[in-house]
Amino acid sequence: MIAVIDYKAGNLTSVMKALHAVGADAVATSDPNVVLQAEKLVLPGVGHFSATAFLDEQGLTNAIANRVQAGYPFLGICVGLQWLFEGSAEEPDAAGLGAFSGYCERFIDGMKVPHVGWNSIQVRESRLLKGVANGEFVYFTHSYRAPVVNGTVAVTEYGLPFTAAVERDNIMGVQFHPEKSGPVGLQILKNFVGLP
Amino acid sequence: MTLTKRIIACLDVNAGRVVKGVQFVDIVDAGDPAELARRHAEAGTDEIVLLDITATHEQRGTLIDTVERTAKHLFVPFTVGGGIRTVEDAAAIFDAGADKVSINSAAIARPELIGEIGSRFGAQAVIVAIDARRAKSDGDPVADAEVFVSGGRKPAGRKVLEWAKEAESRGAGEILLTSMDADGTRTGFDCELTARVSHAVRIPVIASGGAGTAEHFADVLLQGKADAALAASIFHFGIANVRELKEAIAKRGVPMRLPC
Repeated sequence: MIAVIDYKAGNLTSVMKALHAVGADAVATSDPNVVLQAEKLVLPGVGHFSATAFLDEQGLTNAIANRVQAGYPFLGICVGLQWLFEGSAEEPDAAGLGAFSGYCERFIDGMKVPHVGWNSIQVRESRLLKGVANGEFVYFTHSYRAPVVNGTVAVTEYGLPFTAAVERDNIMGVQFHPEKSGPVGLQILKNFVGLP
Repeated sequence: MTLTKRIIACLDVNAGRVVKGVQFVDIVDAGDPAELARRHAEAGTDEIVLLDITATHEQRGTLIDTVERTAKHLFVPFTVGGGIRTVEDAAAIFDAGADKVSINSAAIARPELIGEIGSRFGAQAVIVAIDARRAKSDGDPVADAEVFVSGGRKPAGRKVLEWAKEAESRGAGEILLTSMDADGTRTGFDCELTARVSHAVRIPVIASGGAGTAEHFADVLLQGKADAALAASIFHFGIANVRELKEAIAKRGVPMRLPC
């Protein structure tokens, strides 16, 4: 079972629909006990970084950290990817998981924000992005960007380069929306769902 | 790696049926929004907008059902507009599978609605649609362009540039600007007005109204500084498919998504 963590940030309908379309047994939940029994975790999220405070309040942060440490696959989407870093300038008081070093920053002045639309990605060898060609297009919508780090497996550029996907062991994240990125996005979700 | 400009297909829907627009030769049911939306996405359209053009109270149930059916097999961004007056209206549309809502008259009537939907579903989920007409007065017809509501029938007593800025400050994620002067003419978008709005705000602007040729799209994305262009009937112009349209636009130097 895949637990899709509902932390009341935006709607989960699209993510659930896409996971079901690739054959996943996915359930939406805010219950730490369900998270502790899940074989895989997805942390979606469109909205404000401050919404991640809900994870602490509900005891979800500990449950997620527990599962991640035990090696169960985790996929953060959009704000869910940003949460894997140490924090975000969007809400300096809310800490991220800190699985990757660095902080998320707003896009530089002079760029239209949010960064909305289809942008191409430069990819490197990755289990999550298996079968995704270099230069393929995916759909983004966000106002903050994660830094490029050791675990970065896809980069894109809007004013400056930023992380489009990270992967270290079974900890994975995408800044774009695979559930809205056509066949390429579904391939990525399928790769995640198919992880052992 | 460049952010591409978006080509958006708009489905005008009345009582659950598409009333004008695109026709695929081999389509089973040309009036079914679900089938049309799926075909558009497969053909390479970047985004789908479903506009409920009647949006009467009696038809809300039909609309939710239509949104649900359309969203079911659609894996590109999906916006729904028409008759959304409250956060609850928007919530029902999101639950049915939309990614964004487009609000127009209701935002003019009560601008707080923009922030209310945005704070619950994120700013990226709120598009403020503006129906604009150039001013007939002696001044600058573009700078003084006026907002119209109720399907473009009633003047709202607001200027387009000022309202676009207010919508941005209240938390809109994008502006959908329709030129009522150009709409239906197929003689090209209002590039001048679009450029003026695009300069006035820092959020993306979607241009609408007047598409007739691939050149028109390129013009509004270049001179008009639009981030996206929308049309209800993009295949009516002797263009066989959206890929061909996009290739023609890309030839003018506009970044387009042409999948590998």
